[in-house]
Amino acid sequence: MAHTADDIQAHVRLYYKVFGTLMALTLLTVAVSYLHLPHTPAVIVALAIAALKASLVAMFFMHLKGERPFIFWSLAVTAVFFVFLFALPMWTEGDHIVGTRPDAWSAGAAVPHAPPHSPTPH
Amino acid sequence: MEIPYTVDARPDTGLTNPKLGIWLFLASEVMLFGSLFSSYVLLRSGAEFWPVQRDILNVPLATLNTIILISSSVTMVLSWAALKMHNLAHFKRYMGLTFLCGLGFMVVKSFEYASKFQHVPPLLPSSSNFIGIYFLLTGLHGLHVLGGMVVNGFLWGPGSRMFDTEPEKFTNRVEVAGLYWHFVDLVWIFLFPILYLL
Amino acid sequence: MEHASSVGHPAAAHGAPHVHEHVEPGFLRKWVFSVDHKVIGLQYTMTSLVFLLLGFTLMMIMRWQLAYPGQPIPLIGKWLGVANAPGGIMLPEFYNQLGAMHGTIMVFLGVVPLAVGGFGNYVVPLQIGAPDMAFPRLNMASYWFYFVGGMIMLASFLAPGGAANSGWTSYTPLSDIATPGQTWWLFGMLMLIFSSLLGAVNFITTIVQLRAPGLTWFRLPFFVWAQFVTSFLLLLAFPALQAAAMLQGMDRLAGTSFFLPSGLVVSGVVKQVAGGGNPLLWQHLFWFLAHPEVYVLILPAMGIVAEVIANNTRKPLWGYRLMVYSIIFLGFMSFVVWAHHMFLTGMGTGINAFFQTTTMIISIPSVIILSSLFLSLYGASIRFTTPMLFALAFLPMFGIGGLTGLPLGLSAADIPLHDTYYVIGHFHYVVAPGTIFGLFAGIYYWYPKVTGRMMNEVLGRIHFFGSFVAINFVFMPMFIQGLHGVNRRLYDGGMQYAHAKDVLYLNTVMSMGAWTLGLFQLFFIVNFFWSLRAGKKAESNAWHATTLDWAATSSPPIAHGNFDTIPHVYRSAYDYSVPGAKADFLPQNAAERA
Repeated sequence: MAHTADDIQAHVRLYYKVFGTLMALTLLTVAVSYLHLPHTPAVIVALAIAALKASLVAMFFMHLKGERPFIFWSLAVTAVFFVFLFALPMWTEGDHIVGTRPDAWSAGAAVPHAPPHSPTPH
Repeated sequence: MEIPYTVDARPDTGLTNPKLGIWLFLASEVMLFGSLFSSYVLLRSGAEFWPVQRDILNVPLATLNTIILISSSVTMVLSWAALKMHNLAHFKRYMGLTFLCGLGFMVVKSFEYASKFQHVPPLLPSSSNFIGIYFLLTGLHGLHVLGGMVVNGFLWGPGSRMFDTEPEKFTNRVEVAGLYWHFVDLVWIFLFPILYLL
Repeated sequence: MEHASSVGHPAAAHGAPHVHEHVEPGFLRKWVFSVDHKVIGLQYTMTSLVFLLLGFTLMMIMRWQLAYPGQPIPLIGKWLGVANAPGGIMLPEFYNQLGAMHGTIMVFLGVVPLAVGGFGNYVVPLQIGAPDMAFPRLNMASYWFYFVGGMIMLASFLAPGGAANSGWTSYTPLSDIATPGQTWWLFGMLMLIFSSLLGAVNFITTIVQLRAPGLTWFRLPFFVWAQFVTSFLLLLAFPALQAAAMLQGMDRLAGTSFFLPSGLVVSGVVKQVAGGGNPLLWQHLFWFLAHPEVYVLILPAMGIVAEVIANNTRKPLWGYRLMVYSIIFLGFMSFVVWAHHMFLTGMGTGINAFFQTTTMIISIPSVIILSSLFLSLYGASIRFTTPMLFALAFLPMFGIGGLTGLPLGLSAADIPLHDTYYVIGHFHYVVAPGTIFGLFAGIYYWYPKVTGRMMNEVLGRIHFFGSFVAINFVFMPMFIQGLHGVNRRLYDGGMQYAHAKDVLYLNTVMSMGAWTLGLFQLFFIVNFFWSLRAGKKAESNAWHATTLDWAATSSPPIAHGNFDTIPHVYRSAYDYSVPGAKADFLPQNAAERA
């Protein structure tokens, strides 16, 4: 990557801006945690803020913005496989996990025991 | 025997070997920490009882550590930018700061861990799956921080001599180390809310 | 990440003309701590062949117990020690160690290091016209991590209670409470996984970055594509087992209960742990790796078979492009089928249906690749050389292995077949007369490149025909036993079960087959070493092949680069029998117009 001194200076200014944003988001995520939101919204907000922070670090500090397609696609494929690893076991255990049954979305519901296995089809 | 594209990018892919290599390695690290995060979620959601995490862990200290690590990411990328502008003195300054931030992170972490062990009763991995996975996730992350510090320290110290003979190669090395270091920061960006805030 | 530089060369100033000063490295640097991919490839090859022999020997001992349960093992029985086989009679505990370590050694210390570390390292840089791998020092590190991991695995036999004994799959909670050897297994695996990860990074970077000028993606030999996809599988799947090994390590050493459920009772005593763990978590993490791992086992062998078939049919591969797309699709799909190993764990019919569907889908690219290889024989002028014999046998053997996988992949049919000998028969067909035959084909094929000599054809044919017959006697009866409901991992071969009565005699048949198979490997071992000195001298392109590896000299020099000048590629990988050409093959680096 050919960079002039001005290019780099522009980048440096950008780095400081990203830094500021990251600080703000950090304080935001801590502040939100003191709101003691119910479980599901709390998770969504926290992960959204984390994802935003992560994108900023990846795009700007790691220069992913403007990086070569091969790198991008390797990471995209990795992300897909991570989603498989994350989601599929959750799905397999889903019938006895609190909060994954539609009737138990609210926090504070009593922890039920594992329900009987789904009936086998005839 | 020189391996081509170690320093200069290959025209059709636009990549140097070390840059491609480190991104591939980071992809595997995504799967490693991803596996542990998935395990955490599975264990927590299947548990009959899970402690209120923020009551056990020290949120202010961890917030401080988050700020330290994000700062170290900035100083890391600034150290690379300094090299691109052929300023070895600035490189040393920013890389030095990066190293110190890493050190600070580990110091804070050791206070955190100590307070767990000194708790009455002691909070050990065997105490609960939460404490167990907390130690594993933060411990593995901490080892990665240490590894990064070793590399950064080398680049700040003896490694920086390469700037005199092969400045471009050295700059690329710092960029590669930076990518690793930013990744370590990335993991913490997820670890922090998941373990401490939720 | 380290940059590559050659041993003994002064760092060249950037842009200065390269003056070739070669400082000959000393013995240790040249043959032990080498950064040359050819030496490292040979190190992997020799080490893995020893492990294959060892893993095979463990099985030959097991097969005595299966054929003649409770009878003293002849010859070596007394050497096994009182803890393992008092009076030469194998204890069940020892049988379990043999079983777990046979699987572990064969998969992780034998086949993959040979297929990827051995063949991949030696051949890939040559086939793409590169001077070495992208990261030579990382390559060396990969080998030594593998070596250390292997030593830890072997040493585990000396741990109190012996080696790991919870199957190569180390299912929890049994493995959590197993004897200390299991902890050694975990450490060994961490070493091996790290070795593989570094290797995967190296292979992918090398293939992307170091292809010779003119070597576009669709001119790559299929072998290189196979190694490329394999490396992605290793890169992205192994970390899950790394994580699992750490979790299990903490369960065993730090008193955690990641895999220990609450209220677990062991031998009448309630386990004093925090509990709340999930034993199935181990299975998910393990199989997330282990399913792609089985494709790691087969893909390089498919690559080798493709090379040998193209070369010995004197025709291009049928459907090369289709095969490439298929192998990429296969690699991708391999990440979403893993829970077909878990059909009986109570996941529910919905999830079973999902994984069953993906499993059926993944059979399509496998069939496409196998069919393309079969179709490549049509209208061919076949040379029945020893490598070709092994490659040809691979086709129906892998076919049987693949077809017998289908009932296992259908969750309803899997109910009576899961954990029976049917499963053992299925996977051994794909790995043993499948992959290992492919690897033998590769050894006979590339031996002249490495050594400058041909292996003996007579010994090779005896090795082939003897192995081919014997191996079917070992594994075909397993399907019959499995269909009768004989469980796997039974130390007495099912003797205590009434439903196994009618098929117990097959244990003797299989054991005889296994020992006969072992005997025929002697022909290979003798041939391998004898030919080093006395084999017929081979020209550098011994098989008149098209790929770049054959454009390098025989026995390419160590630490010296592989080609006198960087080759330039002008044509696709399999330009055999091109109409109008002078010879029946056109090397990839030949500019001559057809």
